[in-house]
Amino acid sequence: MSNVKEFHSPSAEEIAAATNAEFDTRLLDTMCVNESQLKHPWWYNLKYAAVGLVFGLAFVKAEIVSWFRIQEMFRLQSFHMYGIIGTGVVLGAISVWLIKRYKVKTIYGEQIEFHNKKFNRGQIFGGTIFGLGWAMTGACPGPLFAQIGSGAFVIGVTLLSAIAGTWVYGYFRERLPH
Amino acid sequence: MIKVTTFVDNYQTINMELLSKPWPWWVAGIIIGLIVPALLILGNKHFGLSANLRHACAACFPANVKFFKYEWRKEVWNFFFVGGIIVGAIIATTVLANPEPVKVVPELAAELQTYGITDYSGMVPNQLISWESLFSLRGFIMLVLGGFLVGFGSRYAGGCTSGHSIMGLSDLQWPSLIATIFFMVGGFIMANLILPHILML
Repeated sequence: MSNVKEFHSPSAEEIAAATNAEFDTRLLDTMCVNESQLKHPWWYNLKYAAVGLVFGLAFVKAEIVSWFRIQEMFRLQSFHMYGIIGTGVVLGAISVWLIKRYKVKTIYGEQIEFHNKKFNRGQIFGGTIFGLGWAMTGACPGPLFAQIGSGAFVIGVTLLSAIAGTWVYGYFRERLPH
Repeated sequence: MIKVTTFVDNYQTINMELLSKPWPWWVAGIIIGLIVPALLILGNKHFGLSANLRHACAACFPANVKFFKYEWRKEVWNFFFVGGIIVGAIIATTVLANPEPVKVVPELAAELQTYGITDYSGMVPNQLISWESLFSLRGFIMLVLGGFLVGFGSRYAGGCTSGHSIMGLSDLQWPSLIATIFFMVGGFIMANLILPHILML
């Protein structure tokens, strides 16, 4: 319980400090910009592993990580993937709306935060490049891990290549149009 | 007592059968939709998987690139999330394995046959995605170039299917809608216009 007491609402100075350059970079580039004020031991992270486990089950059992299902989706031959993503977005949107509407807090009593994404041309150029790779490998970053778990160990090479692609993006970032 | 045991056994058999069959789209959709509030409520975390690729760069070879100089240890939760995905996938392919091959629509099966893809026993086509295939031109392009495009493109776009198409759209972020539209544009171009040529190699 002492952990919970350490949490405090951000002051005006802290909010100002949070709008510094590093924050902007992180807001633009990674999805997780929320800084928890809590310091927890490592095993508190196991709850995320539990959520991931259910996700991994659904990934394989609903064949979301199947190369064949992705080909069907991009050839408009099956409703399956559209149904999954559509249901996910509708439920996710209702959840986010409820969380905002009723100011739902985390299980540790922290305020749940949302940050508006800024448009840049990377979403067009990078999005298209990502789509090309998605249809080729039949996997986006999440399913890459699930495909490896399902026994396709050669996808480990694809994963390393994806990490290399991320690194090359980071290296040339300043020179790319955004 | 015997009757009760039999009932329980039957019930479990039925359940296992249900779980082992491919899950319908709406079950997966509900699970994915609920991951959004689960991560938010458990710890203010935003669903997004491609960020892990960046954290891996930051953790292993930051090489003085500004983009990789940040406190990646704060994002360790996402590595745990991915670890869970791998374990879930292992359980799904062992304990809950579907004994039948992946069902594919006849149109796609007919097309794939012309490229010599006839094995539907795995999540990925074994004739295309395997160690032997990796050393062929076709396999190398698909596995290595494909992976590179996924990693490069998702970071350039600021997220992937989970971060933009699920989390971003759930939060009604219009830049995420643009990213999602171009994910689909790229996918349609590759699957219909480019991939047939690669598969013929």
